[in-house]
Amino acid sequence: MAEKIALSKNDRFSVCWRSTFLQGSWNYERMQNGGYVYAMIPAIKKLYKNKEDQVAALQRHLEFFNTQPFVASPIIGVNLALEEERANGATVEDEAIQGVKVGMMGPLAGVGDPVFWFTVRPILGALGAGLALSGNLLGPILFFVLFNAIRFGFMWYTQEFGYTAGTAITKDLSGGLLQKITKGASILGMFVLGSLIQRWVSINFVPVVSTITNAEGSYIDWEALGDMAQSGNFGQAMHDAIAQANSGMYMDPTRVTTLQDNLNSLVPGLMPLLLTFLCMWLLKKKVSPIAIILSLFVVGIIGHLIGLL
Amino acid sequence: MNGLSIILVIIVAFFAGMEGILDEWQFHQPIVACTLIGLVTGNLEAGIILGGTLQLMAMGWANIGAAVAPDAALASVASAIILVKGGQGVAGVSTAIAVAIPLAVAGLFLTMICRTLAVGFVHAMDTAAKNAEFGKIEALQIGAICMQGLRIAIPAAAMCFVPAEAVSAALNSMPAWLTDGMSIGGGMVVAVGYAMVINMMANKEVWPFLFIGFAVAAISDLTLIALGILGVSMAFIYLNLAEQGGSGGSGGSGDPLGDILNDY
Repeated sequence: MAEKIALSKNDRFSVCWRSTFLQGSWNYERMQNGGYVYAMIPAIKKLYKNKEDQVAALQRHLEFFNTQPFVASPIIGVNLALEEERANGATVEDEAIQGVKVGMMGPLAGVGDPVFWFTVRPILGALGAGLALSGNLLGPILFFVLFNAIRFGFMWYTQEFGYTAGTAITKDLSGGLLQKITKGASILGMFVLGSLIQRWVSINFVPVVSTITNAEGSYIDWEALGDMAQSGNFGQAMHDAIAQANSGMYMDPTRVTTLQDNLNSLVPGLMPLLLTFLCMWLLKKKVSPIAIILSLFVVGIIGHLIGLL
Repeated sequence: MNGLSIILVIIVAFFAGMEGILDEWQFHQPIVACTLIGLVTGNLEAGIILGGTLQLMAMGWANIGAAVAPDAALASVASAIILVKGGQGVAGVSTAIAVAIPLAVAGLFLTMICRTLAVGFVHAMDTAAKNAEFGKIEALQIGAICMQGLRIAIPAAAMCFVPAEAVSAALNSMPAWLTDGMSIGGGMVVAVGYAMVINMMANKEVWPFLFIGFAVAAISDLTLIALGILGVSMAFIYLNLAEQGGSGGSGGSGDPLGDILNDY
């Protein structure tokens, strides 16, 4: 028997690097097919020497394909193992190769979308944005470096895993590991979302609910302090003002309570939470996100004009 | 903007456009794209702040399956250019954001056009595959990516050549009630992104964690990192407990053999 043709680590790395461009020719007909064949080209060149086999392999990988782009890597890994077997004379049907691709892309997208698009990217994005809001360059850098380290690490190791596991990976899909990862990611995601709603959604109702006149002596007597400062005792006036403020005296003779103050003493962030639920409900009713966004701007402008927000 | 800045802005825009479809390096994410445009035009701080603010709004914008999300690439690139040309620095961030949303919609249509044009590219690949022309397939793939890059680079270039006076005049002519109202709206718009993500992830099992996060975040001493640690720890605790207590039940682990052994 002739010597076995095997894909070297370099070949596999080159496939992995090319799979970065998986979505480049994303189209409405066969979606990621162009990118898939582009990624497989180094392997096809290595494995098949005569033109007929090459043509067949290229056509095989120009079939419909679509998944979350990072979880395409384990699928490519399995495909590499299958193609290698085939090139070495094993009977691997076209249907088997296509079956692995189609069979895996659905469940894996079900893991990849929530894990990457709805957990890793939002969390890193929020982390980076939190720093960026104060103009800190570390925010964008942190986001970019961490995201890409996780992404490329994931792509390379899962592709290698798929390659070594070969067809076994398809059996593992029904096992517990992937389900656990998905569940753990959604727990973390929900927790972080809850805290982000609290922190970043801002609604402030400005109408004044009540104006209470504070009792004599419970607020800082600025006039007396001003006189003291005028008479040259500026330091003492400052000292007294700060001491009085720290002792919990009110700043003004009257104290104003806005609607928002009342809501905050009930549950801080209640309105943002309710707004989020409203948006979820509207999205479920198939209202387009863009329509919701634009109407929120309109609500903001009108609310501001009538003095509510 | 001088000539060099314009060229660099167009290059950044090209990368953002490529990434808008590839979704790998994340050059199209506002926090990266706005920062880069700020950097090459000498408005680094304003760019970072704009990027951070937009990033929070774009949180749930993701391409799922064949669905196309609002276009973060055009929104970030164009609003950053407007911010730079407006010349108001950090103060111009809220007006730039108000412009970003309609741009995200415009970008969405451009993406859909490009994704339709890409059908032609893969048909050409089919033809090339018949003759095993590897180089041609590769060139077509790269060509398709460049088309996506130009999708953002061309509008960006056009915006660079609109005179700065026109941009700042348009921005200054916006009345205060409009800009204030817009920034109030901007504070609420973030909720839409969160709602999209929650709709995707929520099930009976994980709902309580949203409320725990909501309640805990009211403690303003906790940083986002501390919150992250809490979340990760809870996920691990939950998974371990579910494994210990839940596997004796009616086959919750999805592993028939394991269940038989456990029941034994």
